[in-house]
Amino acid sequence: MTTYTEYPPKGYRVRISTYWWLGRWAYLKFILRELSSVLVAWFVIETLLQVNALIGGPGAYQDFQGFLRNPVVIALNIISFFFILFHAITWFNLAPKAMAIRLGGKRVPAILIALPNYAAWLVASVIVAWLVLRG
Amino acid sequence: MAEQIALEVTRFSPERDKVPSIQAFDVPLRKEWVVLDALNYVKDRIDGSLSFRWSCRMGVCGSCGMMVNGEPKLTCATFLTDYAPGPVRVEPLKNFPVMRDLIVEITDFLEKLSKVKPWIIRAKEKPLSEGEYLQTPDELDTYRQFSMCINCLLCYAACPVYGLDPLFAGPAALALAQRYNMDSRDEGKSERLDILSQHDGIWGCTFVGECTEVCPKHVDPAGAIQQYKLTATQEWIRSLLMPWGGKR
Repeated sequence: MTTYTEYPPKGYRVRISTYWWLGRWAYLKFILRELSSVLVAWFVIETLLQVNALIGGPGAYQDFQGFLRNPVVIALNIISFFFILFHAITWFNLAPKAMAIRLGGKRVPAILIALPNYAAWLVASVIVAWLVLRG
Repeated sequence: MAEQIALEVTRFSPERDKVPSIQAFDVPLRKEWVVLDALNYVKDRIDGSLSFRWSCRMGVCGSCGMMVNGEPKLTCATFLTDYAPGPVRVEPLKNFPVMRDLIVEITDFLEKLSKVKPWIIRAKEKPLSEGEYLQTPDELDTYRQFSMCINCLLCYAACPVYGLDPLFAGPAALALAQRYNMDSRDEGKSERLDILSQHDGIWGCTFVGECTEVCPKHVDPAGAIQQYKLTATQEWIRSLLMPWGGKR
């Protein structure tokens, strides 16, 4: 018996699992990189709150420091710090992909695009460290 | 008897099956054999009904892309011995509807590809008598990498964005659009900008980067898309600052 095949035959579509990103390190790394933006936002909010407390006077700043000493906040800040490191490093490493700069007919090597980013990061960190630690 | 390796192959008949299943075959494990040789062995010697696409056997035609142990691979360039002692699981390319066994339906890609106008667009064609459009080696070098695409669709199988949002134009189509954008002979950049800068175009890409990792021709579609994001943003700023005609 011959069977008739409709045209176009209906293909079978594989459903994608909600947890597709757990199966492969590259996908998990991507999701972690996306997630890190939430923790970057948290640091921004925290800094704004700190500035607000500074404006509020010594009492308000004391309260804010009390808030920072809360173990939950300390834990959150430690986690955020590592996520921000991850965010910054992956961002700087990806920068050469997006920037195809050509000089003298040749594409500038990736390292020469990534390095200035790291250098600027280092300079900014040294300035902040100097401001915080000088007294 | 020569050494054998188990080949686990997806079987699916649209007339008979509701869902695909896996069938295992024992094939000889030979040093010089690629996964495609093993599939051809099954087709010639064991089960002639096994369906899969292939043509050139040398990484040029882009027909034999399949998932090998979960990774998108050209089966003509994937050696069996790398998977010894096995088993080797061969499945149809991810993110496409399966038509039969290892064959997937790729019309969606072909439609998207033609939408981004991957050809040289000229405002005014030169008459034949004036000769070819000339190009220096440096000008060729700017887009050469992106022109290596063989439409094998491994990048689509690696792209979770395409899997989750089938409207996304996808890595190869966007890289090929960029290939023509960067061609010194092309004058179609602004025509493509409107198509590429839509949400389903470059902005659909979240830069997972796996398309570049799996590309057998080192095309770097992820790079092409990010570079175009930069161009599209510059064009957008230009159109904000010069609304009377900033678009090039």
